[in-house]
Amino acid sequence: MAILTHGFMRRAFLVGILLAVIIPCIGVVVVLKRLSMIGDTLSHSSLAGVAAGLILGINPIIGAGAVCIVSALGIEAIRKRMPGFSEISIAIMMSAGVGLAGVLSGFVKSAANFNSFLFGSIVAISGFELKLVIGVSCAVLLVFTLLYKELFYVAFDERAARLAGVPVRAVNFVFTILTAVTVAVAARTVGALIVSSMMVVPVACAMQLGKNYRQTVIGAVLFAVAFTVAGLFIAYYARLKPGGAIVLLGVLCLISIPAAKRAYASLRKHAG
Amino acid sequence: MPMPEVISADNVSFQYGDELVFSKISFAVGSGEFAAVIGANGAGKSTLLRMLLGELAPSSGAVRLFGRDVRDFRQWSRLGYLAQDGAAVGVNFPATAEEIVTANLFCEIGLMRFTKKRHRDKALRALERVGMGGYSNRTLGGMSGGQRQRVMLARALVGEPELLLLDEPTSGVDEGASDSIFALLSELGSERGLTVVAVTHDVAMASRYASRALCLEYGSLVELGREQLAEELTHRHRHARPGEIIPED
Repeated sequence: MAILTHGFMRRAFLVGILLAVIIPCIGVVVVLKRLSMIGDTLSHSSLAGVAAGLILGINPIIGAGAVCIVSALGIEAIRKRMPGFSEISIAIMMSAGVGLAGVLSGFVKSAANFNSFLFGSIVAISGFELKLVIGVSCAVLLVFTLLYKELFYVAFDERAARLAGVPVRAVNFVFTILTAVTVAVAARTVGALIVSSMMVVPVACAMQLGKNYRQTVIGAVLFAVAFTVAGLFIAYYARLKPGGAIVLLGVLCLISIPAAKRAYASLRKHAG
Repeated sequence: MPMPEVISADNVSFQYGDELVFSKISFAVGSGEFAAVIGANGAGKSTLLRMLLGELAPSSGAVRLFGRDVRDFRQWSRLGYLAQDGAAVGVNFPATAEEIVTANLFCEIGLMRFTKKRHRDKALRALERVGMGGYSNRTLGGMSGGQRQRVMLARALVGEPELLLLDEPTSGVDEGASDSIFALLSELGSERGLTVVAVTHDVAMASRYASRALCLEYGSLVELGREQLAEELTHRHRHARPGEIIPED
């Protein structure tokens, strides 16, 4: 295949697939905790870190990671103080993040570099970024696997989880850090504006087909990998932006699932 | 021989801001007892339960669980809890009854350890005990309110607790299902020596199944035996006008 003869495309596939595995793992818990917009907030806040990184001359991903962690902890702190209005915490941090990004972006000399973080540049990954994605992916996958049942219970019923002995605060803290780091790394590759879609759309697809939690997690990962691989192919041959192609493919699939389910049910009815 | 005390409250008061919910109430619940907590809306029934769960601290007085002040109590696996909105929790959550019940075995499984077959078998037995054995692979969304409440009851029971705290266990459940849930609770009490404390609006159910009731009224607590509970119920029916719906408070 011609597409795989290019080193940058092989790298794009590797990074894309790794992120397609870890983003939905985080996404399942985020969606089930009814915090779907957290990805959006963190990715927007990460732009402030990107701008700060570019101004200070440090790697923008490090800057994005630091700001994401602060934002995620801020969301968790506000959510604790206003338990009935968890969405307010997201809106507050989003406003603060976008405001800060807007102000700092005015001081960035290379606008093109800053803009590459908005929509991502999966085909322009440096060696350092590749290593970072591999390291973060392994860490996220390991922690997610080890805390699988704890994250499940905290997402299902935080109070019951506490009574069952789950260290809810510690689990929430670890999960917040995982989310922040994942968003920061993904922002560089698929783009800050597209991270939250990658976090939610594959999970929404899997929820329509999964019959239990395990199937939903596995389904979300499979959907995300399929969207990424197909999206990269389409983007390469149709000369489109890869991040946008991946997400639009996901949304198209999400819209098609109910129709496909109805068609399948009708076929079975006729066959039976 | 007196039963060992599972719960004791000594001169407990609680206030939300300036509003006094109850003042200097004292009671004890012994091992194996089935006590109902009744009272009008806002009398502080759920507040009392949240205090027993360590979520609210009394303004004064002391609440003890198994002889230990609830503020220092850490052995939460000795306790099972069924929330007021239990039947509404997780209706859209993509998890089966078995996954939900197994999750409550956290203490037995351990932190960052994987669920094994014996844990899943235990969850299945708990589901069978509440009559939901055939529903282990179903999600809560495909069940009725009564069935969901039974799954939540299985979850509360799976860790074999010594004390079961229930907040309106039959809210949103039809009368037939309510009766069978209360009958099951009563059976579990006598079969396992389980101590049950149930907050309920349903005085009729309480009089049929509970050994006594803790009645919260105007900030104080009155204890009613089974006969007094039956009298209270008769009194309500006698004073109801024809066609009037009796509030079950």
